[in-house]
Amino acid sequence: MKFRIYRYNPDTDTKPYMQDFDLQLEAGDAMLLDALMLLKEQDDSLGFRKSCREGVCGSDAMNINGRNGLACITSLSSLRQPIEIRPLPGLPVIRDLIVDMTQFFKQYHSIKPYLVNNDPPPETERLQSPQDRLELDGLYECILCACCTTACPSFWWNPDKFVGPAGLLQAYRFIADTRDQDTAARLDNLEDPYRLFRCHTIMNCVDVCPKGLNPTEAIGKIKDMMVKRAV
Amino acid sequence: MVNRIVTGAHYGLRDWLVQRVTAAVMAVYTLVVAAYLLRQSSFGYDTWIELFSGNIMRTFSMLFLLSLFYHAWIGVRDIVMDYVKPAGIRLLIHVLVILALMLYVIWSVQILWGL
Repeated sequence: MKFRIYRYNPDTDTKPYMQDFDLQLEAGDAMLLDALMLLKEQDDSLGFRKSCREGVCGSDAMNINGRNGLACITSLSSLRQPIEIRPLPGLPVIRDLIVDMTQFFKQYHSIKPYLVNNDPPPETERLQSPQDRLELDGLYECILCACCTTACPSFWWNPDKFVGPAGLLQAYRFIADTRDQDTAARLDNLEDPYRLFRCHTIMNCVDVCPKGLNPTEAIGKIKDMMVKRAV
Repeated sequence: MVNRIVTGAHYGLRDWLVQRVTAAVMAVYTLVVAAYLLRQSSFGYDTWIELFSGNIMRTFSMLFLLSLFYHAWIGVRDIVMDYVKPAGIRLLIHVLVILALMLYVIWSVQILWGL
């Protein structure tokens, strides 16, 4: 199998380059991460993140043949060769396929990704009706791999100001939570030409989400709620 | 002034909504004009004069143009916000675009009512 992999070590390289690899491997059921780990045995200087190797931790997000995805759940047989692997676009590269996620998590933290409830905590738990709980489906599953946000041109142009699809999906996750009491402040926080309204609904986020989530729909619901309270 | 990233202008919803409403107005106008022109057996100066001689069509056309200008303002502003980083130059471009669009409004009135 043929691979072309983005390489960049800021300590030794003046600029990034693409390195070709050849791997004796039958695609079979193997995932891209399996191949990367074999390649790392060939060349141990190859840098990439990984952890759970089953699409839950979100560490091994990368740009695979021009499309963001998780290496651990992308089957090799689905990929056209040479398989071209690059780091997630739009974030600073630390080394090879490892990117600096600071900006991504800064935006995530800016939406207060935690429950705000000023009532005294009940003895057991804050209960929700099954219907209310249903509202959180398609939102809570996000693993913050950054595939969506780094596929979004609005984030590429304004990573410091636009929250990005992952952050906005999480923003709606707490707006939609009936146990949260901070809805008005959350909407205020997002009502901004940059933070929310940079989204022009091009749906790259939906296209790439490895968990099959729909940030565009969540963003639409935030806008709907803003309209509802404004008119 | 310190150079920090600042957000929180607390606007955007109205523009977003206006862009959708103006798009709908433009779509309806386009369909009406297209339907009118498709029903004509021959196109010519007479066809245009007949279409635009009524006050209703002129008013509808003005509404279309105002929608177009407002829609364009939001679109162009968004592009400038994405690509022009220095705030001073951005403001200057915004002002120039607004002035140009206001001139277009005056020009549109002159054309439609033949002033």
